[in-house]
Amino acid sequence: MSTKKPKSSDHNSSDQKGPAMIDLDALRVVGQPIDGHVPDVPPALAWEDRKLHYNLVNPSNRRKFTVIVVGTGLAGAAAAAALGELGYNVEVFTYHDVPRRAHSVAAQGGVNSPRDRKVDNDSIERFVKDTVKGGDYRGREVDAFRLGQEGVRVIDHMQAIGAPFAREYGGQLATRSFGGVQVSRTYYTRGQTGQQLEIASAHALSRQVAAGTCRLHSRQEMLDLIVKDGRARGIVVRDLVSGKVRALTAHAVVLATGGYGNIYYKATLAKNSNATAIWRAYKRGAYFANPAFVQIHPTALPLMSRWQSKKILMSESLRNDGRIWAPKAKGDERNPNDIPEDERDYFLERRYPAFGNLVPRDVASRNIRERIDAGYGVGPLKNAVYLDFRDAIGRLGAAIVRERYSNLFDMYNEQTGEDPFATPMRIAPSVHFTMGGLWSDYDMQTSIPGLFVGGECGWGYHGANRLGANSLLSGCVDGWFTLPYSVPNYLAGYLGESPLDLADDAVQDTMREVQARLDRLVGNKGTHGPDHFAAKLGEILDQYASVSRDPAELAAAIKQIQALRKEFWRDVKVIGDGDRLNQELEYAGRVADYLELAELLVLDALDRDESAGAHFRTDHVTPDGEAMRDDENWTFVSAWQAPSDSGPDAGKPIRNYEPLVFTAVPLQQRNYK
Amino acid sequence: MRLILEVWRQASPQVQGHLEAYEIDDAREEMSLLELLDRLNHQLIEADQEPVAFESDCREGICGTCGVDIDGIPHGPEDNVPACGQHVRSFNDGDTVRIEPFRAAGFSVIRDLIVDRTGLDRIIQAGGTVAVDAGTATDADALLVTHEAAEAALDFAACIGCGACISACPNGAAYLFTGAKLQHLALMPHGKMERGRRARAMITQMEHEFGPCSQIGECALACPANVPLSAIATVNKERLRALLRRKDN
Repeated sequence: MSTKKPKSSDHNSSDQKGPAMIDLDALRVVGQPIDGHVPDVPPALAWEDRKLHYNLVNPSNRRKFTVIVVGTGLAGAAAAAALGELGYNVEVFTYHDVPRRAHSVAAQGGVNSPRDRKVDNDSIERFVKDTVKGGDYRGREVDAFRLGQEGVRVIDHMQAIGAPFAREYGGQLATRSFGGVQVSRTYYTRGQTGQQLEIASAHALSRQVAAGTCRLHSRQEMLDLIVKDGRARGIVVRDLVSGKVRALTAHAVVLATGGYGNIYYKATLAKNSNATAIWRAYKRGAYFANPAFVQIHPTALPLMSRWQSKKILMSESLRNDGRIWAPKAKGDERNPNDIPEDERDYFLERRYPAFGNLVPRDVASRNIRERIDAGYGVGPLKNAVYLDFRDAIGRLGAAIVRERYSNLFDMYNEQTGEDPFATPMRIAPSVHFTMGGLWSDYDMQTSIPGLFVGGECGWGYHGANRLGANSLLSGCVDGWFTLPYSVPNYLAGYLGESPLDLADDAVQDTMREVQARLDRLVGNKGTHGPDHFAAKLGEILDQYASVSRDPAELAAAIKQIQALRKEFWRDVKVIGDGDRLNQELEYAGRVADYLELAELLVLDALDRDESAGAHFRTDHVTPDGEAMRDDENWTFVSAWQAPSDSGPDAGKPIRNYEPLVFTAVPLQQRNYK
Repeated sequence: MRLILEVWRQASPQVQGHLEAYEIDDAREEMSLLELLDRLNHQLIEADQEPVAFESDCREGICGTCGVDIDGIPHGPEDNVPACGQHVRSFNDGDTVRIEPFRAAGFSVIRDLIVDRTGLDRIIQAGGTVAVDAGTATDADALLVTHEAAEAALDFAACIGCGACISACPNGAAYLFTGAKLQHLALMPHGKMERGRRARAMITQMEHEFGPCSQIGECALACPANVPLSAIATVNKERLRALLRRKDN
């Protein structure tokens, strides 16, 4: 296998200057450069080269290997199904009752694929350029090449296994445009693309369950990772119905457990999405990449009342035909239809004439939040701006607008009681996607050998900002067309080895630790349920670690999170017992992990002394108000390592770093004007 | 707004359940039904009582996780809307609202409002899939699909697998669910290859798990994904087609 040594760089020594007055060295340790195992060939050739060098497992030997897959979203269901199709034994875990419910199901707008069928000048190189540039040069360029190259056949496969993509009248696949790009490469099924891809993948998994290659363990939640001799050997799960804690061992473990956006309390994520699997893996030694890179989506339904349980995403595809505006006058309370054209400020079109309403998500969110904070917000809580279809309806007719967006309009109507055909939608930014996640090398293997990641729980493609319709693509590519190559390469080295015995100390110790943690939560006779602490944590993060971040405030936020964590363990109340279905206990465990991950998130935001994509630091701004990167010092991914328990640096996370190299898309400042 | 909620409480599948009445003083019109249950649980937890176990996830109508019977109607009073999209504005001040788990012989209660719906998944496992392995598909652009067929397939593919159709049916039948999948795949180029085989396998499993269809049509009224009622006819059509053709496709 050809590998490339990362360049060592002197500017990453611990004497690096942080923001004034904040002693970063008291909070973290600067570690070592790490190797992403990127093939030493031009990036466009890397994947071909790597596949050629992968070890294979003979078809008759495949059933001797067991692989655990956690999560049944796009990446998990696909990885499990594909490995099952190849003949491996796969143990699949989900906390849902059935695989199809995973949150990939909620993605609306579409899936990118640079199939280059139109004459709008798309290509794989252009896809890579859009992805790398959109991610503000903080993702791995070679990974973006693989995403584009394998993305071409994703559409073929998903169509074949049952996803009914939208078709033109000539019978060909239809496409639409998405934010951050100037070509039309997004394939879709009305506004329910994620649902159709997820169901197709979950059903492909069902086919393997019926065939006996995959065994499905539903209503089981992973609570820890079993590591022995530095390798991932299995997981500990809790049966959510019986409450029983048990372990399962295997030759390799794949985590496809989604993002951690719910750490912000009210996000667009499903209520059960959580960070426990990846956080437990981090605590067992897996590095955590760029936790501060959190995407705030520009077009969600705003919070309208105290009991509103979450924010709801309105697909970015709406920005194709909808125009975003705020009144030119502060505090304008008129009905939007009564505000004449010359009193409306189409601020995205005004500030970014080239991309207009289709600027990348981070740029759109920051601008919308700026308008709202400056007093131009609309709606009962003045926390929204308008997304208006009046012109599109006039240009295309209501019938075509309805065909493109009917279920989104219905959803808006269902939630608000308002009709977007008659009144502009009200939208506001909301936490939506986490570009950060467990660090992995080019083979999608984490820093723990035998532990792989797929989909949003990893990092890699999206850098500091994800382009719309690239997440469905990455879930599909990871699961169907990357892990089925790279996991066997690892397995090949362990032919003849049995999974770890369940009586092994490593298994038993991990189970005991999990049980002790559950017992501690159940036995804690506090005064507030876990939701109380989740809400407080969300407030802190929303205030200090959202669309803009101030170093002094971030430092203060760390102290607040530490205090809240102490309060949680002193005062949390978990009603009921651990030996049966107990949703409060499930939630309490997840919130406990949020309270730890949040500190790392804020620390990463404080440590990364630049602005990049969604990470917008108020002390690093260009003269015209845009994010200002510091390529000289920060062209790397931060890969955080859990602190050691003893020694002079006990308790301080260690920030390792993988230098990023850009050859196909040279570093340049983003410009969407 | 003040509401009395009569909620089904059942600690486990083994014990008998019962309705228990709770009062909410500050229900608001814009609350969803699930937010009303959140409000109730918050109140119960404050009073050191066990919260009501109920399922939900995306809360935007697409995952199919949520589902309760409201006054005997699956998901609630508004037709074709999932529980997460039903709102308190459908009720009046002082109303009593009965909240029970989805009622059907094929759905056993796990706890409170949570039922076991894995029977639906077993219908899919029996044959609701397409036998194409990763990487072996032909170019999707080389297979033309009419706009009309793609749109029709989507109408049926929209099913969210919530099980409301079964709870709505006096017979507890799964015809709408099964027919939706059969119709969706019968319209897709690759799905046609196994059309007969699929129909036989899925319908056999469906009849094993769920009740017969008497063409009442309650299922389509409850369906939050607006799956057309013609799906129930599809089941018999596909059954007959498979029987007469005696072929896999």
